[in-house]
Amino acid sequence: MSDRGLKLRGRVRAVLGNNIDTDIIYPGRYLNITDREKTAEHLFELAHPEIRAELQAGDFIVADHNFGCGSSREQAAAALKFAGAGAVIAASFARIFFRNAINLGLPAVVSADAAIRCSAGDELEVDLVAGEIRNLTKDEVFAAAPLDPRAAELLAAGGLIPYLKRKYIDGARNLCLNIV
Amino acid sequence: MTLAEIILARASGRECVSPDQIVIARVDLAMSHENADLVRKSFLEIGVGRVWDTSKIVIIFDHRVPAESEKTATTHRAVREFVAAQGIQHFYDVGRGGICHQVLAEQGHVRPGMVVVGTDSHTTTHGAFGAFATGIGATEMAGVWTEGTLWFKVPSTLRIEVEGEFRPWISAKDLILRVIGMLGAAGADYRAVEFDGTAIRRMTVASRMVLANLAMEMGAKVAFTPVDDVLVDYLRPRVSEKLEILEPDRDAVYERVIHLNAEEDLWEPQIACPHSVDHVVPISEAGEVPVDQAVLGSCTNGRLEDLEVAARVVAGRSVHPRTRLIVVPASQQVYREAMRLGYLETLIAAGAIINPPGCGPCVGVHQGILAAGENCVSSTNRNFLGRMGSKDSFVYLASPAVVAASAIAGMLVHPESIVKESEPCPIEV
Repeated sequence: MSDRGLKLRGRVRAVLGNNIDTDIIYPGRYLNITDREKTAEHLFELAHPEIRAELQAGDFIVADHNFGCGSSREQAAAALKFAGAGAVIAASFARIFFRNAINLGLPAVVSADAAIRCSAGDELEVDLVAGEIRNLTKDEVFAAAPLDPRAAELLAAGGLIPYLKRKYIDGARNLCLNIV
Repeated sequence: MTLAEIILARASGRECVSPDQIVIARVDLAMSHENADLVRKSFLEIGVGRVWDTSKIVIIFDHRVPAESEKTATTHRAVREFVAAQGIQHFYDVGRGGICHQVLAEQGHVRPGMVVVGTDSHTTTHGAFGAFATGIGATEMAGVWTEGTLWFKVPSTLRIEVEGEFRPWISAKDLILRVIGMLGAAGADYRAVEFDGTAIRRMTVASRMVLANLAMEMGAKVAFTPVDDVLVDYLRPRVSEKLEILEPDRDAVYERVIHLNAEEDLWEPQIACPHSVDHVVPISEAGEVPVDQAVLGSCTNGRLEDLEVAARVVAGRSVHPRTRLIVVPASQQVYREAMRLGYLETLIAAGAIINPPGCGPCVGVHQGILAAGENCVSSTNRNFLGRMGSKDSFVYLASPAVVAASAIAGMLVHPESIVKESEPCPIEV
């Protein structure tokens, strides 16, 4: 398996609390936008518009528990990805958001300590497979849950669409999801 | 095995499964609403050409019906054209269906033992029909349209047993809000929930759907109510296939069993206060809340039973001058029945406006948006910041009886304060 995209480096753009719901991430009124790239314009629009304004490519969003709770709207994960977020790192994720993120190729990293041990502006190195986060600014290392091999394979492929393209159109064999 | 384990074992061709195991399960039904347009785009990008099974995909427009903008009209058209080109067999266009979860139920699309996925988080509703039913995203659905299968981590199960009789004015909505308040917004994350006990087994199918629907708001992957005679009686006229009574095994292993008593643990109607569904208090502790808008509807509480309760509360009374009462029947079928039975006449006479069947104001896109500073009492399912309009508006979630009574009082009130003691309590849980 290629480790393309499975080691990340970037800055923490924001540290958020518990239960950041999908309406906060992406308001329901924009659900009729179905061009994924355009969803980025409305990221955190109601509650935290400054995050969208300040987000640089590769930045991390850090949060506490149950990030992405609520709706199944994929636009929540798409808006983060196309606004340039390198990953979301949270103590836990709501399950649909987690799957959406991985399916779109946006790393969703589970780390109990991240919200406590990171401040906005910190520079991090994240090893998704080893499950290790290095806070370069604070010179600390802490644990993340190592990425499930299936999720790692989807991320390495760039998401579910390229993965399925490889499987069905390019006829790739030996894909992990295929043999479970 | 628990119900979730039994269904996933069968759907993945195994003798047995246990929590945390990853399985690839056969999908029996794949439902989408307007976001079928997103699914369609992802599906076309994958490039396999034809969907896996035209008989197992159901598409129902409900989030923006009729189209509220040219943009929506364009996506509706794109989905219609895709449905025709692929020969997808079950499509409910504007005016033919209603809210997706109500339509799946009414039309008998869901049976015990099925694996159902939907691009809508409240797909958990169909656990009330004994299905392993859960929400997924649009790209994942494009994968299902391609392969007809999906990977699942087998969830552990919370069992919630409720005994006893409900007090007057207490409904399934109050029970599930109380449970969400106890367990929290992440209290059932990644888990299956089984509701059972004498209080649940006495419930109507409509009430059971409320429990399975709102279990999503504590993170549940799936939520079941019993597969029993009450359910079979509901399904029989709607379903031609043989129905199976599914029960969890006697030696099923649960992560946790929670015991509640309907009489002792639920004294008052429950309110979920802004801006979180687990911010639940008994109505006497919700404070003085003037109500600008009252909403009765949604996949949670827009069914015939809900409209009946509201009609009986408002009969012969008038909606308070400062309050707007918006009623949204959950489906065309509910709309017609409510019309035939006179509920709509009663509601309109009291000053309610009737919206077309659909999600309407619940998802905050049209047909009843809130202004800054406004309070709304709503029978819907989410009170997140900005959910129903301005980020400076406030949504209180409550039962249909509380919504109707509050519309009359112009304040958040217990229905007791509106309905005279001589009138019977209209709630049949």
